[in-house]
Amino acid sequence: MKVSAITALGLITLGMQSAQAASLDIKITNLTQAIYYTPILIAAHSDENHLFESGMTASTELQMMAEGGNIAGLSSMLESYSADKVENPAQGLLAPAHPAQGLLAPAQSTMAMLETSEGNNMLSITAMMLPTNDGFVGLDSWKIPTEAGTYTILLNAYDAGTEANNELILEGSGAPGMLGIPAAPGMDTGMSGSSVTNEETNTMIHIHRGNLGDDDIEGGKSDLNNTVHRWLNPVAKVTVTVK
Amino acid sequence: MLNKKSLLLPLLGFALLGCGGDDNKDEMVTPVEPPAPAPMYSFEVTVSNLTYAQPLSPIGIALHKEGNFWQLGQTASVELETLAESGDNSGLLGLDIVNTSISDIAPLGPGNSISLTITTEDMMDAKLSLVSMMVNTNDGFSGLNAIDVSALEVGSQLNFKTRAYDSGTEANTEASGSIPGPADMGEGFNALRDDVDFVAVHPGVVSNDDGLTQSVLSYAHKFDNPLMGVSITRIQ
Repeated sequence: MKVSAITALGLITLGMQSAQAASLDIKITNLTQAIYYTPILIAAHSDENHLFESGMTASTELQMMAEGGNIAGLSSMLESYSADKVENPAQGLLAPAHPAQGLLAPAQSTMAMLETSEGNNMLSITAMMLPTNDGFVGLDSWKIPTEAGTYTILLNAYDAGTEANNELILEGSGAPGMLGIPAAPGMDTGMSGSSVTNEETNTMIHIHRGNLGDDDIEGGKSDLNNTVHRWLNPVAKVTVTVK
Repeated sequence: MLNKKSLLLPLLGFALLGCGGDDNKDEMVTPVEPPAPAPMYSFEVTVSNLTYAQPLSPIGIALHKEGNFWQLGQTASVELETLAESGDNSGLLGLDIVNTSISDIAPLGPGNSISLTITTEDMMDAKLSLVSMMVNTNDGFSGLNAIDVSALEVGSQLNFKTRAYDSGTEANTEASGSIPGPADMGEGFNALRDDVDFVAVHPGVVSNDDGLTQSVLSYAHKFDNPLMGVSITRIQ
């Protein structure tokens, strides 16, 4: 009797702890065939803060991430929010599921552990998608369950709305405001495109309409290949284990 | 000792004769209670093709206890490659891991639904997988991957929307002669692997209308997720 009472007390205590803080195992899988993710940022924060919000203007920090893969700005922002975070768990690019890339373990996923503090009960994730102008994979404020278990979330591709999707690979264009796609890690793009568009009329964060691409590697409108660099949602799978 | 053996042997012989009851027409023998029939478990699987113009190859359904027909990021088996490039599901349904399977006999057209019933005697750890090719693609397929149905109660239903996958075994050229569906009536399976060689979410078809000059596909063959609506109902 005594033992079971103690066990029950222990369970109650555990339950109370999980309502305040959580210990999470997070697995992120790149579901695409040819899109790479720049360093990933994972954060647990309060319901008052966001890394990004659909339908809102991108912060300068989000723009740095979406146009150039630089998460330093968002990371500092999270510090000011007293958020819990994991930066770059893949130690570089998260390649599409490709055993030959050698950038990741054969499961083509990356794992992270995140200990959340009291009040930081929302999970957010961002990473730039390459090759795109300002596309990113995102999760905005998924409420972390208090019940232990394994949960699956499917992520969509967003457009930061900060840069015209001209689809031209241009060195140095990762800096905010510099038009162009900074890199194509798959080395499978074309050149000398004439530009798909020079406008971005929807300047709010929105679901990405996808790459257009073309079938002309030495010309056409786009430097991207229309049979390779397109995608359909979802573009990533996140498995969260609440311990 | 010897005596005991000689006694036992005729007894054994009698017992064996008794087992061969099929030939025993003697009505005077006390009828033996027939063994209770093994319980059967049946699932009715209803599949809807949600696309505009992508016929789905005959739906194949399997019950198995372990394994997967495909794993994201992993190389496709030859059986999966065959399904994804030609629509022939017999290889996958014939795999050793499969306990029981059923296949439709005709493709499932856009906007149409079918129901198939799959029955097993063994519910322990039962997983259900379902596969079909989008036949107006190079190597696109959709389905369910090892859904646990072992705890499903009679009358209960699971509902799914499936996604499009690319087997990664054939480049999405959309070129004349490369697509087995009615848009092309081209080649099905080809052992050559000229694509990324891993399974991923399908990037969609481009089509001639959307800028792939050599494509035999039109705007009508484009699709987006989800591909199929699937419900699994335990009916017995």
